[in-house]
Amino acid sequence: MIHAYKLNGYNIILDVASGSVHSVDDLAFDVITAYENTPRDEIVRTASQKYGVCEQEVSDCLSDVDELKNSGRLFAEDTFRPDVEKLAKRDTVVKALCLHVAHTCNLDCEYCFAAQGKYHGERALMSFEVGKRALDFLIENSGTRRNLEVDFFGGEPLMNFDVVKELVKYARSIEQAHGKHFRFTLTTNGMLLDDDVIAFANEEMDNVVLSLDGRKRVHDRFRKTAGGCGSFDVIVPKFQKFVKARGDKSYYMRGTFTHFNPDFTNDIQTMLDLGFDELSMEPVICPPTDEYALTQEDKLILFEEYEKLAQMMLERRKQGKPFTFYHYMLDLDGGPCIYKRVSGCGSGTEYMAVTPAGQLYPCHQFVGNADYLMGDVWQGVTRTDIRDKFKTCNAYSRKECADCWARLYCSGGCAANAYNATGDVNGVYAYGCDLFKKRIECAVMLKVAEQTEAFEQ
Amino acid sequence: MKRIVTLKTRNLNESKKNGGCGECQTSCQSACKTSCGVANQKCEKAAK
Repeated sequence: MIHAYKLNGYNIILDVASGSVHSVDDLAFDVITAYENTPRDEIVRTASQKYGVCEQEVSDCLSDVDELKNSGRLFAEDTFRPDVEKLAKRDTVVKALCLHVAHTCNLDCEYCFAAQGKYHGERALMSFEVGKRALDFLIENSGTRRNLEVDFFGGEPLMNFDVVKELVKYARSIEQAHGKHFRFTLTTNGMLLDDDVIAFANEEMDNVVLSLDGRKRVHDRFRKTAGGCGSFDVIVPKFQKFVKARGDKSYYMRGTFTHFNPDFTNDIQTMLDLGFDELSMEPVICPPTDEYALTQEDKLILFEEYEKLAQMMLERRKQGKPFTFYHYMLDLDGGPCIYKRVSGCGSGTEYMAVTPAGQLYPCHQFVGNADYLMGDVWQGVTRTDIRDKFKTCNAYSRKECADCWARLYCSGGCAANAYNATGDVNGVYAYGCDLFKKRIECAVMLKVAEQTEAFEQ
Repeated sequence: MKRIVTLKTRNLNESKKNGGCGECQTSCQSACKTSCGVANQKCEKAAK
């Protein structure tokens, strides 16, 4: 199976099963797209007439396609499906936890999927004892995995900063003895950032995710204090100081766009103008009935915006002012193996969320949904049926993915989004799929452009 | 090839033989939190 598309002046062929990417001229594009369902003599005749070249030219192109097919880089057979049954029955280890250290927040963002940090429950802070037990649970259940990931999340995790510091100290004190390496990340709204937090985070956090929606009016529309004041003016100087002090360490300036700002490249531009260059911008997650939910009309705007964003990146790269966008960061050569591509994010199996009370959920988006309460950090996973359900989520478990070229880029999509859209973790959130495919098309185009520019130079 | 430029990519079929160590980052964990994209994850086999 291939996916052939034209974008930004490039003709691109993705070979789904091999992961190969080909940049081709117009004639080769026609030849490849006709290759499987048109007689060769007809391909030769049609293309030679259309492009005014001799038939031998087209035949040579066909020979090149034959060669790519024979070497497994075009029309490669998908041999991964038979492994899926084994995948569903596999033993799993836990390697990542989302620690909800604070089910409370100092902002009152209307669009928050976590219901202003409370996850539809009571306000709560995680104690050191619960967090410590969660880290022990992680080590005990991580098998031979060395890299263990812990994200401090909320609500607003800095509302429980002392516990965050104590937990990091505890993890560092035991990691070596257990042959593990903890990678910590922090997701924050920035309100409580100060010199102490910045120094600590830059020392201990592999990555930090900083919430900023872009333009002041866009940001302040949702990201308000309990008193109704926008947070933009408070957090932007703090973020600027933080990022400057961060040096080479990673961060993401992460925004959310809604029905009120589908023209999100303007928000990206604001982030750039403020001096940030590692960016992530995500569609809002909410019921379709919410007034800020993205609509079908918005989707067409978003498609254009994703293309515009890619062009912005090309332009800025040429100007020597590059920036990164999370969804456009593809490592074609050193990216994930087929096992990762089939199995996906690991929610409910190798990744779980821990509430302040120590309860385990498949991921942060399921927290508060009693049907998905899997156990706790003392007894471990007691609802193994939930874990088994998540083991079956993969790139081949949804019938809608069977004919989709992007399945090995998204692994079948986000289980939480699927659940929210269809009531089934093995369902499909079609709107999200459409955006995802557009993003991958743009991301691959950027790689093709990069290679083309390098070649020309 | 005159009309086709093939980018250097990881051969997924080959990765069947040498992949699956499980050391790579849990996708979505520290960036988007709202979607599942695996293609931007780095292979970390060497980091074990």
